Amino acid sequence: MPELSARDRIVLRAARELRDGMYVNLGIGMPTLVANHLPPGVNIVLESENGLLGIGPFPYEGDEDADLINAGKQTITELPGSAYFSSSESFEMIRGGHIDLTIMGGMEVSERGDLANWMIPGKMVKGPGGGMDLVASAKRVVIIMSHCNKHGEPKILKDCALPLTGVQCVSRLITEHAVFDFENGKMILREIAEGTTVDQLRKMTGGEFQTTGEVAKMQS
Amino acid sequence: MNKVVKDAAEAIAKAGIGDGAVIMAGGFGLCGIPEHCIAALRDTGAKDLTIISNNCGVDDFGLGLLLQTRQIRKMISSYVGENAEFERQFLAGELEVDLVPQGTLAERIRAAGAGIPAFYTPTAVGTKMGEDKETRDFNGRTYLMEHALHAEFAIVKAHIGDESGNLVYRKTARNFNPMMAQAGKITIAEVEELVPAGKIDPDHVHTVGVYVDYIFEGKNYEKRIEQRTTQPRP
Repeated sequence: MPELSARDRIVLRAARELRDGMYVNLGIGMPTLVANHLPPGVNIVLESENGLLGIGPFPYEGDEDADLINAGKQTITELPGSAYFSSSESFEMIRGGHIDLTIMGGMEVSERGDLANWMIPGKMVKGPGGGMDLVASAKRVVIIMSHCNKHGEPKILKDCALPLTGVQCVSRLITEHAVFDFENGKMILREIAEGTTVDQLRKMTGGEFQTTGEVAKMQS
Repeated sequence: MNKVVKDAAEAIAKAGIGDGAVIMAGGFGLCGIPEHCIAALRDTGAKDLTIISNNCGVDDFGLGLLLQTRQIRKMISSYVGENAEFERQFLAGELEVDLVPQGTLAERIRAAGAGIPAFYTPTAVGTKMGEDKETRDFNGRTYLMEHALHAEFAIVKAHIGDESGNLVYRKTARNFNPMMAQAGKITIAEVEELVPAGKIDPDHVHTVGVYVDYIFEGKNYEKRIEQRTTQPRP
Protein backbone atom coordinates (compact mmCIF):
# COMPACT_ATOMS: atom_id res chain seq x y z
CA MET A 1 0.00 0.00 0.00
CA PRO A 2 1.46 3.42 -0.90
CA GLU A 3 2.22 5.68 2.03
CA LEU A 4 -0.60 8.09 2.83
CA SER A 5 -0.02 11.83 2.49
CA ALA A 6 -0.20 14.00 5.62
CA ARG A 7 -3.53 15.32 4.38
CA ASP A 8 -4.95 11.81 3.90
CA ARG A 9 -3.81 10.78 7.38
CA ILE A 10 -5.52 13.80 8.92
CA VAL A 11 -8.75 13.24 6.99
CA LEU A 12 -8.89 9.51 7.78
CA ARG A 13 -8.24 10.13 11.47
CA ALA A 14 -10.88 12.85 11.56
CA ALA A 15 -13.44 10.44 10.07
CA ARG A 16 -13.04 8.33 13.23
CA GLU A 17 -14.59 11.22 15.18
CA LEU A 18 -17.93 10.54 13.50
CA ARG A 19 -20.47 8.55 15.51
CA ASP A 20 -23.70 7.05 14.30
CA GLY A 21 -26.60 9.49 14.44
CA MET A 22 -24.52 12.67 14.76
CA TYR A 23 -25.60 15.98 13.24
CA VAL A 24 -22.39 17.40 11.80
CA ASN A 25 -21.24 20.63 10.13
CA LEU A 26 -18.07 20.29 8.05
CA GLY A 27 -16.00 23.33 7.09
CA ILE A 28 -15.03 24.17 3.52
CA GLY A 29 -11.96 22.42 2.04
CA MET A 30 -10.21 19.53 3.81
CA PRO A 31 -13.02 19.01 6.38
CA THR A 32 -15.52 18.34 3.57
CA LEU A 33 -13.43 15.30 2.55
CA VAL A 34 -14.00 13.68 5.94
CA ALA A 35 -17.53 12.71 4.88
CA ASN A 36 -16.06 10.44 2.18
CA HIS A 37 -14.57 8.14 4.83
CA LEU A 38 -17.49 7.27 7.11
CA PRO A 39 -16.67 4.23 9.25
CA PRO A 40 -18.84 1.18 8.46
CA GLY A 41 -22.25 1.28 10.12
CA VAL A 42 -22.00 5.00 10.89
CA ASN A 43 -24.69 7.24 9.45
CA ILE A 44 -24.55 10.97 10.06
CA VAL A 45 -26.60 13.98 8.96
CA LEU A 46 -24.64 16.87 7.47
CA GLU A 47 -25.77 20.43 8.01
CA SER A 48 -25.05 23.24 5.59
CA GLU A 49 -25.34 26.59 7.33
CA ASN A 50 -27.00 28.21 4.32
CA GLY A 51 -30.13 26.26 5.25
CA LEU A 52 -30.10 22.50 4.67
CA LEU A 53 -29.99 19.54 7.00
CA GLY A 54 -29.18 16.34 5.09
CA ILE A 55 -26.60 17.17 2.41
CA GLY A 56 -26.53 14.67 -0.44
CA PRO A 57 -23.74 13.98 -2.95
CA PHE A 58 -22.89 16.19 -5.93
CA PRO A 59 -25.60 15.98 -8.62
CA TYR A 60 -25.15 14.06 -11.85
CA GLU A 61 -24.01 16.21 -14.75
CA GLY A 62 -27.04 18.03 -16.11
CA ASP A 63 -28.97 17.78 -12.82
CA GLU A 64 -27.36 20.83 -11.17
CA ASP A 65 -29.90 23.10 -9.47
CA ALA A 66 -29.02 26.76 -8.87
CA ASP A 67 -31.37 26.73 -5.84
CA LEU A 68 -29.46 23.91 -4.14
CA ILE A 69 -25.94 24.69 -2.96
CA ASN A 70 -23.78 24.12 0.11
CA ALA A 71 -21.99 26.76 2.18
CA GLY A 72 -19.05 26.56 -0.25
CA LYS A 73 -21.51 27.54 -3.02
CA GLN A 74 -21.10 24.14 -4.72
CA THR A 75 -24.09 22.42 -6.30
CA ILE A 76 -25.29 19.50 -4.16
CA THR A 77 -28.38 17.30 -3.76
CA GLU A 78 -30.91 16.56 -1.04
CA LEU A 79 -31.57 13.18 0.59
CA PRO A 80 -34.71 11.45 1.85
CA GLY A 81 -35.37 13.14 5.19
CA SER A 82 -33.61 16.40 4.28
CA ALA A 83 -35.08 19.72 5.39
CA TYR A 84 -34.59 23.33 4.32
CA PHE A 85 -34.73 26.37 6.58
CA SER A 86 -33.70 30.01 6.76
CA SER A 87 -30.28 31.35 7.75
CA SER A 88 -31.61 32.54 11.11
CA GLU A 89 -33.03 29.09 11.90
CA SER A 90 -29.77 27.54 10.74
CA PHE A 91 -27.86 29.50 13.34
CA GLU A 92 -30.54 28.91 15.96
CA MET A 93 -29.79 25.24 15.36
CA ILE A 94 -26.07 25.89 15.76
CA ARG A 95 -26.23 28.42 18.62
CA GLY A 96 -28.86 26.37 20.39
CA GLY A 97 -26.45 23.45 20.69
CA HIS A 98 -28.29 21.09 18.33
CA ILE A 99 -25.24 20.39 16.16
CA ASP A 100 -23.16 17.62 17.73
CA LEU A 101 -19.89 18.23 15.96
CA THR A 102 -18.13 20.67 13.68
CA ILE A 103 -14.88 19.83 11.94
CA MET A 104 -12.94 22.82 10.66
CA GLY A 105 -9.52 23.74 9.36
CA GLY A 106 -7.16 25.89 11.42
CA MET A 107 -4.34 28.39 10.87
CA GLU A 108 -3.20 28.46 14.52
CA VAL A 109 -4.31 26.82 17.76
CA SER A 110 -3.04 27.93 21.18
CA GLU A 111 -2.15 25.61 24.04
CA ARG A 112 -5.39 26.65 25.75
CA GLY A 113 -7.52 25.72 22.76
CA ASP A 114 -7.95 29.18 21.22
CA LEU A 115 -8.46 29.05 17.46
CA ALA A 116 -7.41 31.41 14.67
CA ASN A 117 -8.62 30.51 11.20
CA TRP A 118 -10.35 33.48 9.60
CA MET A 119 -7.95 36.29 8.79
CA ILE A 120 -4.32 37.18 8.15
CA PRO A 121 -3.62 40.87 8.82
CA GLY A 122 -2.31 42.64 5.74
CA LYS A 123 -4.07 40.24 3.40
CA MET A 124 -7.54 40.69 1.95
CA VAL A 125 -10.01 39.96 4.74
CA LYS A 126 -12.96 38.03 3.42
CA GLY A 127 -14.88 37.64 6.66
CA PRO A 128 -15.64 34.93 9.19
CA GLY A 129 -18.70 33.48 7.44
CA GLY A 130 -20.35 31.13 9.95
CA GLY A 131 -17.09 29.94 11.53
CA MET A 132 -17.23 32.09 14.66
CA ASP A 133 -20.80 30.99 15.37
CA LEU A 134 -19.94 27.32 14.88
CA VAL A 135 -16.90 27.27 17.16
CA ALA A 136 -18.80 29.18 19.85
CA SER A 137 -21.77 26.84 19.94
CA ALA A 138 -21.30 23.39 18.37
CA LYS A 139 -21.26 20.75 21.10
CA ARG A 140 -17.84 19.57 19.96
CA VAL A 141 -15.25 21.44 17.86
CA VAL A 142 -12.59 19.36 16.11
CA ILE A 143 -9.84 21.24 14.28
CA ILE A 144 -7.79 19.54 11.58
CA MET A 145 -4.59 21.11 10.25
CA SER A 146 -1.01 20.35 9.31
CA HIS A 147 1.23 20.37 12.38
CA CYS A 148 3.54 23.06 10.98
CA ASN A 149 3.23 25.69 8.26
CA LYS A 150 4.94 25.44 4.89
CA HIS A 151 8.09 27.01 6.37
CA GLY A 152 8.23 24.26 9.01
CA GLU A 153 7.19 26.62 11.82
CA PRO A 154 4.74 25.53 14.54
CA LYS A 155 1.05 26.34 14.13
CA ILE A 156 0.35 25.17 17.67
CA LEU A 157 1.49 28.07 19.83
CA LYS A 158 1.51 29.37 23.37
CA ASP A 159 -0.70 32.22 22.15
CA CYS A 160 -2.15 32.63 18.67
CA ALA A 161 -0.48 35.46 16.76
CA LEU A 162 -3.38 35.79 14.32
CA PRO A 163 -6.74 37.32 15.27
CA LEU A 164 -8.90 34.75 17.06
CA THR A 165 -11.98 33.01 15.77
CA GLY A 166 -12.84 31.74 19.24
CA VAL A 167 -11.41 31.59 22.76
CA GLN A 168 -10.83 28.15 24.33
CA CYS A 169 -13.25 26.69 21.83
CA VAL A 170 -11.30 23.69 20.48
CA SER A 171 -12.29 20.28 21.88
CA ARG A 172 -9.81 18.23 19.87
CA LEU A 173 -6.97 18.98 17.44
CA ILE A 174 -5.85 16.46 14.82
CA THR A 175 -2.61 16.88 12.85
CA GLU A 176 -0.64 14.38 10.78
CA HIS A 177 1.55 13.74 13.86
CA ALA A 178 -0.80 13.72 16.84
CA VAL A 179 -4.21 14.08 18.43
CA PHE A 180 -4.61 16.53 21.32
CA ASP A 181 -7.56 17.26 23.59
CA PHE A 182 -8.16 20.55 25.40
CA GLU A 183 -9.50 20.31 28.91
CA ASN A 184 -9.76 23.21 31.37
CA GLY A 185 -7.34 25.30 29.37
CA LYS A 186 -4.73 22.51 29.13
CA MET A 187 -3.53 20.66 26.05
CA ILE A 188 -3.26 16.92 26.47
CA LEU A 189 -1.55 14.53 24.04
CA ARG A 190 -3.88 11.60 23.34
CA GLU A 191 -2.41 9.90 20.28
CA ILE A 192 0.88 10.04 18.43
CA ALA A 193 1.62 8.92 14.87
CA GLU A 194 3.73 5.88 14.06
CA GLY A 195 7.32 7.06 13.61
CA THR A 196 6.92 10.30 15.62
CA THR A 197 8.39 10.57 19.13
CA VAL A 198 7.16 12.77 21.96
CA ASP A 199 10.49 14.66 21.86
CA GLN A 200 10.09 15.37 18.16
CA LEU A 201 6.54 16.48 18.82
CA ARG A 202 7.67 18.94 21.51
CA LYS A 203 10.18 20.45 19.06
CA MET A 204 7.56 21.10 16.42
CA THR A 205 4.92 22.34 18.88
CA GLY A 206 5.09 25.95 20.08
CA GLY A 207 2.77 25.43 23.05
CA GLU A 208 3.08 23.18 26.08
CA PHE A 209 1.22 19.88 26.10
CA GLN A 210 0.84 17.29 28.80
CA THR A 211 0.88 13.53 28.58
CA THR A 212 -1.27 11.54 30.95
CA GLY A 213 -0.53 7.84 31.13
CA GLU A 214 0.15 5.94 27.97
CA VAL A 215 -0.24 7.78 24.68
CA ALA A 216 -2.07 5.70 22.08
CA LYS A 217 -0.82 5.17 18.55
CA MET A 218 -2.68 7.42 16.13
CA GLN A 219 -4.88 5.38 13.82
CA SER A 220 -6.12 6.31 10.42
CA MET B 1 -54.45 47.38 -1.35
CA ASN B 2 -52.64 46.33 -4.49
CA LYS B 3 -49.12 45.02 -3.95
CA VAL B 4 -48.61 43.75 -7.47
CA VAL B 5 -46.39 45.83 -9.73
CA LYS B 6 -45.29 45.10 -13.26
CA ASP B 7 -41.53 44.93 -12.77
CA ALA B 8 -38.53 45.81 -10.64
CA ALA B 9 -38.24 49.36 -11.99
CA GLU B 10 -41.81 50.16 -10.95
CA ALA B 11 -41.30 48.57 -7.52
CA ILE B 12 -38.14 50.56 -6.85
CA ALA B 13 -39.75 53.80 -8.03
CA LYS B 14 -42.86 53.24 -5.87
CA ALA B 15 -40.75 52.24 -2.85
CA GLY B 16 -38.74 55.44 -3.34
CA ILE B 17 -35.24 53.96 -3.22
CA GLY B 18 -32.71 56.71 -3.93
CA ASP B 19 -29.25 58.00 -3.04
CA GLY B 20 -27.96 56.98 0.37
CA ALA B 21 -30.55 54.24 0.90
CA VAL B 22 -29.91 51.34 3.29
CA ILE B 23 -31.01 48.15 1.55
CA MET B 24 -31.09 44.52 2.62
CA ALA B 25 -30.61 42.09 -0.26
CA GLY B 26 -31.45 38.40 0.17
CA GLY B 27 -29.34 35.49 -1.08
CA PHE B 28 -26.36 33.35 -0.19
CA GLY B 29 -23.64 33.58 -2.81
CA LEU B 30 -25.66 33.83 -6.02
CA CYS B 31 -28.38 31.52 -4.68
CA GLY B 32 -31.74 33.17 -4.06
CA ILE B 33 -30.63 36.70 -4.95
CA PRO B 34 -33.19 39.27 -6.16
CA GLU B 35 -31.49 39.56 -9.54
CA HIS B 36 -34.14 41.74 -11.19
CA CYS B 37 -34.21 44.25 -8.33
CA ILE B 38 -30.40 44.48 -8.38
CA ALA B 39 -30.36 45.14 -12.13
CA ALA B 40 -33.10 47.76 -11.74
CA LEU B 41 -31.21 49.44 -8.89
CA ARG B 42 -28.21 49.70 -11.17
CA ASP B 43 -30.38 51.32 -13.81
CA THR B 44 -31.66 53.97 -11.39
CA GLY B 45 -28.08 55.09 -10.74
CA ALA B 46 -28.88 55.57 -7.03
CA LYS B 47 -25.55 56.06 -5.26
CA ASP B 48 -23.96 55.96 -1.78
CA LEU B 49 -25.95 52.83 -1.00
CA THR B 50 -25.45 50.78 2.14
CA ILE B 51 -26.10 47.14 1.29
CA ILE B 52 -26.75 44.49 3.92
CA SER B 53 -26.23 41.09 2.33
CA ASN B 54 -24.38 37.92 3.31
CA ASN B 55 -22.10 38.22 0.27
CA CYS B 56 -21.46 40.69 -2.53
CA GLY B 57 -21.98 38.72 -5.73
CA VAL B 58 -19.34 38.12 -8.38
CA ASP B 59 -17.75 40.62 -10.76
CA ASP B 60 -20.45 40.57 -13.43
CA PHE B 61 -23.52 39.27 -11.61
CA GLY B 62 -25.56 39.93 -8.50
CA LEU B 63 -24.43 42.77 -6.23
CA GLY B 64 -21.14 42.87 -8.17
CA LEU B 65 -23.10 44.87 -10.77
CA LEU B 66 -23.54 47.71 -8.25
CA LEU B 67 -19.83 47.62 -7.44
CA GLN B 68 -18.95 48.06 -11.11
CA THR B 69 -21.02 51.23 -11.20
CA ARG B 70 -19.64 52.44 -7.81
CA GLN B 71 -23.12 52.70 -6.35
CA ILE B 72 -22.23 50.99 -3.06
CA ARG B 73 -20.61 53.02 -0.30
CA LYS B 74 -20.82 50.42 2.45
CA MET B 75 -21.32 46.64 2.66
CA ILE B 76 -22.47 44.82 5.80
CA SER B 77 -21.74 41.12 5.19
CA SER B 78 -20.33 37.93 6.67
CA TYR B 79 -18.14 36.87 3.77
CA VAL B 80 -17.01 38.92 0.79
CA GLY B 81 -14.30 39.16 -1.78
CA GLU B 82 -15.39 36.58 -4.35
CA ASN B 83 -14.82 39.35 -6.90
CA ALA B 84 -11.77 41.32 -7.96
CA GLU B 85 -13.56 44.69 -8.10
CA PHE B 86 -14.64 44.35 -4.47
CA GLU B 87 -11.05 43.79 -3.39
CA ARG B 88 -9.80 46.69 -5.49
CA GLN B 89 -12.35 49.17 -4.09
CA PHE B 90 -11.85 47.93 -0.54
CA LEU B 91 -8.04 48.17 -0.66
CA ALA B 92 -8.29 51.61 -2.29
CA GLY B 93 -10.48 52.79 0.60
CA GLU B 94 -13.42 53.49 -1.71
CA LEU B 95 -15.68 50.93 -0.09
CA GLU B 96 -16.51 50.65 3.59
CA VAL B 97 -16.96 47.08 4.83
CA ASP B 98 -18.51 45.93 8.08
CA LEU B 99 -17.95 42.19 8.59
CA VAL B 100 -20.32 40.36 10.92
CA PRO B 101 -20.34 36.65 11.84
CA GLN B 102 -22.99 34.96 9.74
CA GLY B 103 -25.20 33.77 12.60
CA THR B 104 -25.00 37.16 14.27
CA LEU B 105 -25.89 38.86 10.98
CA ALA B 106 -28.91 36.59 10.51
CA GLU B 107 -30.10 37.12 14.08
CA ARG B 108 -29.56 40.90 14.00
CA ILE B 109 -31.78 41.05 10.93
CA ARG B 110 -34.34 38.69 12.48
CA ALA B 111 -34.35 40.82 15.65
CA ALA B 112 -35.08 43.97 13.63
CA GLY B 113 -38.11 42.37 12.01
CA ALA B 114 -39.26 40.89 15.31
CA GLY B 115 -39.09 44.11 17.35
CA ILE B 116 -36.18 42.96 19.52
CA PRO B 117 -33.71 45.86 20.00
CA ALA B 118 -30.74 43.69 21.04
CA PHE B 119 -29.80 40.18 22.14
CA TYR B 120 -26.90 38.26 23.67
CA THR B 121 -24.78 35.73 21.79
CA PRO B 122 -21.65 33.73 22.63
CA THR B 123 -20.31 34.24 19.09
CA ALA B 124 -17.09 36.30 18.85
CA VAL B 125 -16.59 36.70 22.61
CA GLY B 126 -12.88 37.40 23.24
CA THR B 127 -12.13 38.17 19.58
CA LYS B 128 -11.36 41.47 17.83
CA MET B 129 -14.94 41.50 16.56
CA GLY B 130 -16.21 41.44 20.11
CA GLU B 131 -14.05 44.35 21.27
CA ASP B 132 -15.93 47.38 22.55
CA LYS B 133 -19.17 45.46 22.80
CA GLU B 134 -21.15 45.22 25.99
CA THR B 135 -20.89 41.79 27.63
CA ARG B 136 -22.91 40.03 30.26
CA ASP B 137 -22.55 36.68 31.99
CA PHE B 138 -25.39 34.20 32.09
CA ASN B 139 -25.00 30.85 33.89
CA GLY B 140 -21.22 31.28 34.03
CA ARG B 141 -20.70 32.05 30.37
CA THR B 142 -19.91 35.42 28.77
CA TYR B 143 -22.10 36.74 25.97
CA LEU B 144 -21.90 39.79 23.70
CA MET B 145 -24.76 42.18 23.24
CA GLU B 146 -25.61 42.63 19.57
CA HIS B 147 -28.08 45.19 18.26
CA ALA B 148 -30.87 44.66 15.77
CA LEU B 149 -29.91 45.64 12.23
CA HIS B 150 -32.56 47.79 10.55
CA ALA B 151 -33.02 48.84 6.95
CA GLU B 152 -35.39 51.15 5.13
CA PHE B 153 -35.69 48.71 2.26
CA ALA B 154 -35.45 44.96 1.65
CA ILE B 155 -35.27 43.30 -1.76
CA VAL B 156 -35.95 39.57 -1.60
CA LYS B 157 -36.45 36.68 -4.00
CA ALA B 158 -38.92 33.80 -3.61
CA HIS B 159 -40.00 30.95 -5.85
CA ILE B 160 -43.76 31.52 -5.71
CA GLY B 161 -45.69 34.50 -4.45
CA ASP B 162 -49.33 35.49 -4.45
CA GLU B 163 -51.22 38.78 -4.81
CA SER B 164 -51.38 39.07 -1.02
CA GLY B 165 -47.58 39.03 -0.80
CA ASN B 166 -47.33 35.53 0.68
CA LEU B 167 -44.06 33.86 -0.33
CA VAL B 168 -42.80 30.32 -0.76
CA TYR B 169 -39.07 29.71 -1.20
CA ARG B 170 -37.36 26.80 -2.91
CA LYS B 171 -34.55 24.71 -1.41
CA THR B 172 -31.47 26.64 -0.21
CA ALA B 173 -32.61 29.77 -2.06
CA ARG B 174 -34.50 30.64 1.13
CA ASN B 175 -31.42 31.61 3.21
CA PHE B 176 -31.55 35.30 4.30
CA ASN B 177 -34.72 36.19 2.37
CA PRO B 178 -37.35 35.54 5.11
CA MET B 179 -35.61 37.63 7.82
CA MET B 180 -34.94 40.45 5.40
CA ALA B 181 -38.53 40.47 4.17
CA GLN B 182 -39.59 40.95 7.81
CA ALA B 183 -36.93 43.52 8.65
CA GLY B 184 -37.29 45.92 5.73
CA LYS B 185 -39.55 48.90 6.44
CA ILE B 186 -40.50 48.62 2.78
CA THR B 187 -40.05 45.17 1.25
CA ILE B 188 -40.03 44.32 -2.44
CA ALA B 189 -40.41 40.64 -3.33
CA GLU B 190 -39.62 39.25 -6.75
CA VAL B 191 -40.85 35.78 -7.60
CA GLU B 192 -40.48 33.27 -10.40
CA GLU B 193 -44.20 32.67 -10.41
CA LEU B 194 -46.90 35.06 -9.25
CA VAL B 195 -50.23 33.37 -8.54
CA PRO B 196 -53.69 34.65 -7.54
CA ALA B 197 -54.59 34.76 -3.84
CA GLY B 198 -55.79 31.33 -2.75
CA LYS B 199 -53.41 29.34 -4.93
CA ILE B 200 -50.83 28.90 -2.18
CA ASP B 201 -51.96 26.58 0.60
CA PRO B 202 -52.01 28.86 3.69
CA ASP B 203 -50.27 26.04 5.58
CA HIS B 204 -47.31 26.24 3.20
CA VAL B 205 -46.57 29.98 3.35
CA HIS B 206 -42.96 30.70 4.43
CA THR B 207 -43.12 34.52 4.51
CA VAL B 208 -46.49 36.02 5.40
CA GLY B 209 -47.78 38.75 3.11
CA VAL B 210 -47.96 41.34 5.89
CA TYR B 211 -44.21 41.90 5.47
CA VAL B 212 -44.32 42.43 1.71
CA ASP B 213 -45.21 45.83 0.19
CA TYR B 214 -44.57 45.24 -3.52
CA ILE B 215 -44.42 42.02 -5.49
CA PHE B 216 -43.75 41.21 -9.13
CA GLU B 217 -43.00 38.23 -11.33
CA GLY B 218 -39.48 38.36 -12.75
CA LYS B 219 -38.95 37.14 -16.31
CA ASN B 220 -36.07 35.05 -17.64
CA TYR B 221 -34.20 34.38 -14.42
CA GLU B 222 -30.52 33.71 -15.03
CA LYS B 223 -29.95 31.97 -11.66
CA ARG B 224 -26.24 31.64 -12.24
CA ILE B 225 -24.32 28.83 -10.51
CA GLU B 226 -21.13 29.88 -8.73
CA GLN B 227 -19.45 26.46 -8.29
CA ARG B 228 -20.78 23.80 -10.61
CA THR B 229 -19.84 20.50 -8.94
CA THR B 230 -21.12 17.22 -10.34
CA GLN B 231 -20.43 13.51 -10.43
CA PRO B 232 -20.48 11.37 -13.57
CA ARG B 233 -23.69 9.48 -14.25
CA PRO B 234 -23.19 5.77 -13.51
